[in-house]
Amino acid sequence: MGAAPASRDVTSYGMGLAAPLALFFLLFFVAPLLQLFWLSLHNDTAGLHWGLGQYLHFLTDPFSLGVLGSTLLLGAEVTALCLVLGFPIAWLYQRVGPKLQTIIILIVLLPLLTSVVVRTFAWIVILGRQGIINATLQSLGIIDTPLKLLYTQFGVVIALAQVQMPLMTLPLITALGRIDANLDDASCSLGAGSWRTFFRIVLPLSLPGVIAGCTLTYAAAITAFITQSLVGGGQMLFMPMYLYQQASTLQNWPFAAAISIIFLLAVLAVVSVFTTLGRLSRGYGGA
Amino acid sequence: MAETQGGRSLVVDAVTHRYPSGALAVENINLDIKGGEIIALLGPSGCGKTTLLRIIAGFIAQTQGRIIIGDDIVDTLPPNRRAVGIVFQNYALFPHLSISENVAYGLAARGVDKAARQREAQRLLELVQLPAMGERLPRQLSGGQQQRVALARALAIKPSILLLDEPFAALDKNLRLDMQIEVKRLQRVSGITTLIVTHDQEEALSMADRVAVLSHGKLEQFGTPSDVYDRPQTLFVNTFVGSTNRMPGVVVSADRTAAKVRLDAGAEIIARPAGGALSEGGRVTVCIRPEHLQFVGDETGFAGVVGMSLPLGATVVHEVTTADGSGVKVSQARIGETRALENGAAVRLAPLAPSLANAFPATL
Repeated sequence: MGAAPASRDVTSYGMGLAAPLALFFLLFFVAPLLQLFWLSLHNDTAGLHWGLGQYLHFLTDPFSLGVLGSTLLLGAEVTALCLVLGFPIAWLYQRVGPKLQTIIILIVLLPLLTSVVVRTFAWIVILGRQGIINATLQSLGIIDTPLKLLYTQFGVVIALAQVQMPLMTLPLITALGRIDANLDDASCSLGAGSWRTFFRIVLPLSLPGVIAGCTLTYAAAITAFITQSLVGGGQMLFMPMYLYQQASTLQNWPFAAAISIIFLLAVLAVVSVFTTLGRLSRGYGGA
Repeated sequence: MAETQGGRSLVVDAVTHRYPSGALAVENINLDIKGGEIIALLGPSGCGKTTLLRIIAGFIAQTQGRIIIGDDIVDTLPPNRRAVGIVFQNYALFPHLSISENVAYGLAARGVDKAARQREAQRLLELVQLPAMGERLPRQLSGGQQQRVALARALAIKPSILLLDEPFAALDKNLRLDMQIEVKRLQRVSGITTLIVTHDQEEALSMADRVAVLSHGKLEQFGTPSDVYDRPQTLFVNTFVGSTNRMPGVVVSADRTAAKVRLDAGAEIIARPAGGALSEGGRVTVCIRPEHLQFVGDETGFAGVVGMSLPLGATVVHEVTTADGSGVKVSQARIGETRALENGAAVRLAPLAPSLANAFPATL
């Protein structure tokens, strides 16, 4: 230190460059979060009694726990559906010509170019009692009475999967693109069929993308207030709506704050499971 | 699955491949390869040699023609049922599998049980002299070591044909020579019919029993290294394999075995009609390799002026400008104290023997 002041490490940059963003986060993310936490530690709406009463209330209330459980399950279902539908698209993308690639990427990105509200209303039109699906099935004589598609778990999962699909497909396309095409040929020439090649080579090597896609899709699906409430309707209650009701309708701010903190922790737990899996699979990365 | 064994024959029968765009990748290639031979597919990049390799491996279905391995026509078999081992240019080792898992991969695909697979992988790793590397990942190995693993992996399935795609291109010069010797040793031990795709003529000449020279999708010549080097059948082969001086001239008289050519450089020499019959009065290109030219004291050869002499160790290369203004290179073995030639010295040159000057009809 000090002996050679001229030899400054050119590979390290001053942390000062990150200061504006850090300040922004501090003001608009960390501070409200602390305020939220402080609020959740009040046992009554007037803010007179301190304690963990709101947390105890949530964790001992079967209704609240049910909402949390169904929300986490919803995320898992949407993520699974996105993975199952998104992987073939990403796989196809790597195997077609540049013209088709442009078309595929356009189709994948299209949902991002329209408003979530518009897309969700489109799903209401598709899934409704007199919607496209029911009308088609009825005119074909397959069903007599309309199926209940809207305001069901099924409807919410389908609509959310479509809305969140780009978050799954884009990381998968990147991950599959990094796999050397010769590995496919090598596996094949060694006598492996397509399924063995897929499960032993392609899938393990694309795991980083799978995990990134799952994390993004999961986090987005469980917090998707608009789609959840519009397609789910009054009968389906998920955490974001539950939280909104407690805060806006019932004015129970401390309980809403506690719900937020619990929800946040639950999401962090799931995301950290994904991240741990990602770290375990990192050994596969550098080809 | 076909019984796999070393030394099966490989016939490429009138194979033509057209890209979807209509362009010809390879045109009417015929190769008759005996069991246990090492064959080099030699040509500049874009000549179709890799396409031909991929056709033999089954990754590309040819437009016309047949591939016959042993007694079987394999055209309808997918790559995973052809029992053809491939070593890729970038080795294509599976980065997430250990070295021994890589080597055992093909055996696992064939349903060999785990214990037998591990024994075989270990035996092959010993064969390629990497017995202690089984637990490592590919990226922890050097380029040469990765190549040995790729070779062991291809040999593990006891292929009837071994295909090597530019196997030594990524290695530095010393390592390349080691690996060439290694591959030749392994090929001798296993007796597997081997095809090496390369653009490196030295590699082709030194490793192969026979060399197939390709240019623009066509087979220019298929023969032993000395055939290809000493008796080239086309101007392309003569110029692509080894270095040569191209000297234009006119045919004075010709029969099937010899032609008298008047060089533009100013002398009449006897040359071998290499690319078929020559007609009297026709323009020809005569190819004479630098080591096949000699300085002569009498008036028999053509005249030139020495421009530069480069002592390259065992040989000395002189650049000589001839009377028609073109330059020729003359390579002289350094025997004892070779006399240095002065810049500007007037000399006369002639081919060592008529059979060492190849005359091809001139193309415009």
